[in-house]
Amino acid sequence: MDLSYTPEEEEFRARLREWLGRTLPGLPPRPSPDDWPGRRAYDLGWQRRLYEAGYAGVHWDATPSVRLIFLEETEKAGAPYVGANFVGLLHAGPTIAAEGTDAQRARWLPPILRGEEVWCQGFSEPEAGSDLAALRTRARRDGDDYVVTGSKIWTSHAEVADWCELLVRTGPAAPKHRGITWLALPMDAPGITVRPLRTLAGPAEFAEVFLDEVRVPVANRVGDEDDGWRVTMVTLSFERGTAFAGEVVACRRVLAELAVEARKNGRWDDPALRRRLGRLNAEFRALWRLTQWNVSAAEASGGVPDTGGSVFKLRYSHARQELYDAAAEVLGPDCLDLDRPWTPDRLSALAYTIAAGTSQVQHSIIAERILGLPKGR
Amino acid sequence: MSAVRFRLTDDQRALRDGVREALARRFDGRALRAAVEEADGGGAADMDGAAGMDGAAGMGGARTGGAQPGRSGAGGGGAGVARAAAAGGDGGSAGAGRAGGPGGTARTAAGRAAGAPRLDRGLWRALGDLGFFDLRVPETDGGVGLGLAEAVLVFEEAGRALLPGPLVATHLAAGAVPGAATGETVVAAVDGGLVEWLAEADAVRGDTTGAVPLRSLDPLTPLHRVPAGRPDPDPVAILLTAAEQLGTAGRVCELAAQHARAREQFGRPIGAFQAVAHLCAGILVRAETARAAVYAAAVTADPADIAAARILADEAAVRGARDCLQVHGGMGFTWESEVHLHLKRAWVRTQRAGGITESEELLAAALTPETA
Repeated sequence: MDLSYTPEEEEFRARLREWLGRTLPGLPPRPSPDDWPGRRAYDLGWQRRLYEAGYAGVHWDATPSVRLIFLEETEKAGAPYVGANFVGLLHAGPTIAAEGTDAQRARWLPPILRGEEVWCQGFSEPEAGSDLAALRTRARRDGDDYVVTGSKIWTSHAEVADWCELLVRTGPAAPKHRGITWLALPMDAPGITVRPLRTLAGPAEFAEVFLDEVRVPVANRVGDEDDGWRVTMVTLSFERGTAFAGEVVACRRVLAELAVEARKNGRWDDPALRRRLGRLNAEFRALWRLTQWNVSAAEASGGVPDTGGSVFKLRYSHARQELYDAAAEVLGPDCLDLDRPWTPDRLSALAYTIAAGTSQVQHSIIAERILGLPKGR
Repeated sequence: MSAVRFRLTDDQRALRDGVREALARRFDGRALRAAVEEADGGGAADMDGAAGMDGAAGMGGARTGGAQPGRSGAGGGGAGVARAAAAGGDGGSAGAGRAGGPGGTARTAAGRAAGAPRLDRGLWRALGDLGFFDLRVPETDGGVGLGLAEAVLVFEEAGRALLPGPLVATHLAAGAVPGAATGETVVAAVDGGLVEWLAEADAVRGDTTGAVPLRSLDPLTPLHRVPAGRPDPDPVAILLTAAEQLGTAGRVCELAAQHARAREQFGRPIGAFQAVAHLCAGILVRAETARAAVYAAAVTADPADIAAARILADEAAVRGARDCLQVHGGMGFTWESEVHLHLKRAWVRTQRAGGITESEELLAAALTPETA
């Protein structure tokens, strides 16, 4: 067992750290969370800088260790989040890279890397949440086009996206996992209506997307017709891998800030609070180690992360909520003040046990795939 | 090529498997049951016969047969197997037989509680042959010369097997107390206000003045109460205890899953019910998170990492054993079931080395503006 990095990796870290130190002070001020066009421009601008410095494709072609270093260092330096580039860099891009044709890769990947195009994700539907394969958005073939009708929900960045990775049903008679197809939907096509979806956290983070007889060229299909479920699974396993590594680093920083605040406002004298923060320190240290453990496993198998990601996702999403519950204890009555940053963060943390597979779905995955328990109801 | 090789090496895997096989031969479920019955009946019979003496030979085989644990990258250094019978005589000042006193080592004279278990001396010597105690003693001093990571793997197996005896205390005494390294001497240690296995020990570290036996919750861990001194736990003791807890967490996860697959109610395996399946999944999540923390602490030996490992491993073992008991339903509540033994031992270990409070306070104090 070894937790050290190779000289090449340490060199990568040092160069990145130096570049971040040089680059971050020159960034423009961050736009407000409600300013969607501003956020798009800001996030794409950051991606462009990464591209010019040679860091654009770290998520795709670097080893898991190098990816981990990248996420750790950018977070520690306070660099911008992946933001509007999330779906392009971590969902649609890797899927196209793995399953697309040469022409598709040439068309869609460079603009993602260069920070020119934003992608959103059209997976969930009102009647297809955890049971994603039950999706009903219909696509029928008409010449060289698919004609798509239906609706999607929880589509982040839909208002500012150029493309949508869309799952549609092409084989209504087939078993539900078999009749699904993956399409790249141009968001300016006629027949698309985007309606912002306000969440309990306030500003619109998501949208509903309504599709009414939208024509999508057959050339925009990645993978075979009716093979979209398999194509999609490539994407989802990516998401459950190292996607949260930077967030663990961020949570550890927040935890230290909680201690600073508690020492300042006197609540540190309460041993129960101290012990609570001490436990959270143990928790996030362990989650960082678990990330390293999973990265090592992924590296050893030479492939994408597997069920280890479910273990991490489950534990992390709950830990994040506990962190902000502890923040509320540190803040006292101020925890009700939306202008204290930890307050909106506490609200958005509530999504973590729901998004990308609810905790209940993750438990079932672990029970069936790791422990070999019978499939249940 | 790529780094963060944070996984078991082939040698470490072989060591773990070898220890697991040897313990399965030398201290299997039947031997465990016999030990519990002995203690339960208040019997004082030596248990040497319970499982035969082939265990030591088996482990020797594992160590000589190519699966021998070598120091990483050091070519295995053949020292693994054979050992000088009298290793560890260099402890000088802390010799067995010295009168007891603060910080000293004394031959014990404390009384046994009624019904307290006897320590299986044959098993103890077999563990010594296995390298359990002198695992980290340098080869030049006659030890196995392995590191903390290997010790953690071995103690995880001890936890899995519910191996009885003052394992951590004797391991830490190897090289300091004559005979500890080989398993000839059983060494107990005062830990806060408690001493495990005092009446069975040949030597005890710490002041046992005023030791009084208590009726131990765990049938296989006799306990004495001593006037509480200031706990000043050795971080290695905390880590090895966490490793034992990790072993328990992994074992109860297997037991729960096995039972959930096999036991049928309402016409199907109970593991097909999500309420049961999710309990089992929760045991696994806690165990695997603790594993990452414990193994990382074994690599870094950093006190904060060790404190974190301890917190996670205690939780994984205690909550895991409780949920395992719940999955077993009424069967889990019987004396015959193995589950309660895991829970009781896990509870015993939570009291070691200062307890959880110290670890939590240490980790709270570690939250400084510099880490913000």
